[in-house]
Amino acid sequence: MTDVAVETRKPPRQPTKRRAGPGRLLLHVFLVLVALLWISPIIWAIFTAMRPYADTSAHGYVSWPHHFNFDNFKNAYTQADLLHYFFNSIIVALPAIFLILLFSSAVAFVVSRYSYWFNVPLLIFFLAANLLPQQVILQPLYRLYLQIPLPTWISDSGYLYDSYLGLILINVAFQTGFCTFVLANYMKTIPKSLSEAARVDGAGVLRQYFQIMLPLSKPAIAALATLEFTFIYNDFLWALILIQNGSKRPITAALNNLQGEFFTDNNLLAAGALMTAIPTLLVFVILQKHFVNGLTLGANKE
Amino acid sequence: MSDHSSPSSDSAEDKNLLSRRKLLYTGAAGAAALYTAGASKAFGAAAPTEEVAAAAGTVTLGSYETGPGIKALAAVTKKFTANTGIAVKTNTVDHNTFQEQINSYLQGHPDDVFTWFAGYRMQFFAAKGLATPIDDVWKALTPQMPPAVKAASTGLDGHQYLVPNKNYPWAVYYRKSLWKANGYTAPKTWAQFIALAKKMQADGLTPIAFTDKDGWPAMGTFDILNMRINGYQYHVNLMAGKQSWDSPQVKAVFQKWTELLPYYSQGALGLTWQDGATQLENKQAGMFLLGGFVTSNFKPANQPDVDFFPYPMINPKWGQDSIDAPIDGYMLSKSPKNLSGAKALVGYFGTAQAINLYLPLNPGNLAVNKRANTSHYTPLQKKEAALIARTKHIAQYMDRDTRPDFASTVMIPSLQQFLNNPGDINGLVKSIQKQKVAIFGS
Amino acid sequence: MATDIATKASTRADGARRRKRAVRLSTWDRVAIAVMVGIPVFLTGALIWFPTVSSVLLSFTNWDGIGGLHTIHWIGTTNYRQIVTIYPSFWPAFEHNFYWLFALAFVGTPMGMLLAYELDKNIRGTRLYQSAFYIPVVIAPAIIGLITELVLSPQQGLISSLFADPRHGHVIDWLGNPAINIWAVLVFACWRHASYVMILYLAGLKALDPTLREAAAIDGASEAQAYFKVVLPALKPINIVLVVITVIEALRAFDIVYIINHGRNGLELLSVLITDNIIGEASRIGYGSAIAVVLLVISIVPIVVFVWNSFQQADA
Repeated sequence: MTDVAVETRKPPRQPTKRRAGPGRLLLHVFLVLVALLWISPIIWAIFTAMRPYADTSAHGYVSWPHHFNFDNFKNAYTQADLLHYFFNSIIVALPAIFLILLFSSAVAFVVSRYSYWFNVPLLIFFLAANLLPQQVILQPLYRLYLQIPLPTWISDSGYLYDSYLGLILINVAFQTGFCTFVLANYMKTIPKSLSEAARVDGAGVLRQYFQIMLPLSKPAIAALATLEFTFIYNDFLWALILIQNGSKRPITAALNNLQGEFFTDNNLLAAGALMTAIPTLLVFVILQKHFVNGLTLGANKE
Repeated sequence: MSDHSSPSSDSAEDKNLLSRRKLLYTGAAGAAALYTAGASKAFGAAAPTEEVAAAAGTVTLGSYETGPGIKALAAVTKKFTANTGIAVKTNTVDHNTFQEQINSYLQGHPDDVFTWFAGYRMQFFAAKGLATPIDDVWKALTPQMPPAVKAASTGLDGHQYLVPNKNYPWAVYYRKSLWKANGYTAPKTWAQFIALAKKMQADGLTPIAFTDKDGWPAMGTFDILNMRINGYQYHVNLMAGKQSWDSPQVKAVFQKWTELLPYYSQGALGLTWQDGATQLENKQAGMFLLGGFVTSNFKPANQPDVDFFPYPMINPKWGQDSIDAPIDGYMLSKSPKNLSGAKALVGYFGTAQAINLYLPLNPGNLAVNKRANTSHYTPLQKKEAALIARTKHIAQYMDRDTRPDFASTVMIPSLQQFLNNPGDINGLVKSIQKQKVAIFGS
Repeated sequence: MATDIATKASTRADGARRRKRAVRLSTWDRVAIAVMVGIPVFLTGALIWFPTVSSVLLSFTNWDGIGGLHTIHWIGTTNYRQIVTIYPSFWPAFEHNFYWLFALAFVGTPMGMLLAYELDKNIRGTRLYQSAFYIPVVIAPAIIGLITELVLSPQQGLISSLFADPRHGHVIDWLGNPAINIWAVLVFACWRHASYVMILYLAGLKALDPTLREAAAIDGASEAQAYFKVVLPALKPINIVLVVITVIEALRAFDIVYIINHGRNGLELLSVLITDNIIGEASRIGYGSAIAVVLLVISIVPIVVFVWNSFQQADA
């Protein structure tokens, strides 16, 4: 019985490659065209970023470039102090992702392995928290943060306000819902027989969680790590209100440094904006394979 | 074990993910170490703010300067430290963000001194107890500042709260060479102004560059028309919420404004002020009502070619006695950790010596202090300074003269609404008045 | 056939196991579970739900965000009345959010589904196409706003320069004309949304049991028939996810319009109105919270629908 049950859960075989007929060729043409259309705005942004402002203000943005260089990128990098702000973002994103995955997998594990009355309300509690607009909670959150003191070795402002920990915690609280939901779905597809076997062997809750469920959930966790990095890295609203010190702001704030009090060099800004996008792109490209697999297994249940 | 890995990779993939997970965990631990290190690095000192500032030698300064302004400010604070021995720790946040988060900033743990503006925006925070009065600092500054400037630095309770250092005027700018070529002369009255616009239109130019995508440039036109038609005092009262917007005076302003609309840039609501400045520089537009920063992205070769005239007279009773000339300066937060040091710093910012250090590094601004060194001013700047000096009444611009929530949530959309639909002035002023009552309370 | 029997068998076995499993957990286990659930609950409750309830309460006040609790004055439903009657930006914002919803639902999501379907055919270069199509999601919405400007600006944008000379004659004011700018922006919003949908849908398609499709092919179904009669129903959980994500993205739309022109003059959105009133110097906390509560109520409905549906699935 077990064997049969396992067999139905075998992942899909790759469809046999059909010979390349005219239909397939048309498909390729379609995809190439659409792909080019898809990335054309980005290409345009790159093109613009490689031209000095003097060039575009003299000839317009749609013109053959008279000068073509990476000056804007170099200047944006130094003027916006991108590396510094990038590290700020990392300081917030990495611990946040770790905690999000830890908490959401923990809750997902409990909800999927044990039938408690509070399972469904709990999932609603978490999921709805992620679906609320951020602005709704900013002011009260700010007040709350001002009230909570922290020892100065954690936060040099002495409070949860204006501290990295504060940013980390709100990101964790806000994003855990989405991940809990995905992981709960995913974990339900893992056969209960495995937990059964472990329990019979004398493994308690914690052992089952760490040694069975987490390793089996690797694809989903990898996928969520990618998504969460994108979300947290690209967010700017939390830091706007909860951080006061200019040098602690995340990279999304760095771009503002490229905007002058009066005048903004759009080419420079484009260069800076493109560079800030590089880490998220890299994360996606590296984890692509795991990414698609992971979300798959979370959504489909037989 | 289980069959959950995909058929192909197996161990290679597992190993990848395993090491990825290890990386994640190490990364987490590393980040934990990093942020404690990073947090203290961000402050540049091992000790937290309170302890450092309490030592008799440091003042903290919150600044919105960007680009060249940062260097200019640094030059001033460096000299201050050399003079007094008090260190200055500057916390720089970009201009827009600084304004956006001012409320949470001032109520959180603000720096001792912070950059801000004159006008109602300053008075509002002072009235809420978020700033410290600095009358004693002004004792030394009063002879050095024009009376209009002191008035703009005074709170609603009669005490001074701001030390000003720079400003710029709003006037109608044009390119000399273009005017010379076409034989234009600066108008003094409204009739001359319209006639000039007509002539420019016939010559194929956009007579008046106008750009209101950002919402605030249109306020400049409203302000100046209101001051010309109804007088400075009416304007101040209107901004303070003491007059009704649904009144013949306000309607007269909008009606006068419709006379200008045919001469404006096409698609004005999609253009930023930089687009307008570009139109001026490229000789596509004949004139542009804007602040002195209009030339900030001009090619250096074109900058000497720029001149201006003050907005023409409409009602002879008022003449040209008022302009917008927003003033920037510094204030003290409500309980600075180093009160005496903070007062010394703001006092210093107001001096001629300070602004003489600042301006060469961040040109395009004018000093407020009467004793400042103006020898490095361009001819244009000299003219601008003379304009401000001889104008009887200085307004701070709508978004600094009235309640910020009224300016941003009501006036910006309302002015854009006017530009889209200039036919319905009655409906517009009624709508503004209703919202004004909701905000001001009466 | 074999599949059906096997599925039934395993369900029966599972059921049996479930009934048999009157699990008694040790105290240590109970503590572990309490901690594993308790900490996230506490964090989410304290940092999300508590401020939300506070915001709802604040929407009945006229607080300006300055001063302590004693400065807060209760004014009942005044804020709500004002929003609905005298706030000129409110109804346009409401309307635009619905346009956003229609555009995402009828253009963005189907486009994403189509792309996913084609990519699922696993042709050469799939990875490359996937990466290309995913780029808009990875790029921050703020950057998309900047790109929108670069392409659509009447003076300097790509479109204007290609199809008209901005220095003379008439240009179409894509971003400044309130009648058309929402649609121009929606093109870019759909571009991004389609990418997001594509990835989710592709994931679902890849997990689909190929025997289903093979069976349909054997039965002589055309590609369209196979899709609508076999694939689509089998992907019901994914479809629900897509529907709700689409609705939520439409209601939360913010970044693109904010970057372009601060969400004014034809680009008003509810989230922008909230930001205008709460964040920044305006600081009309009570008023802004009222708008936020309106948005919250509109968001809660799809959330409840979504979760209810997915739990019907989960318990099945």
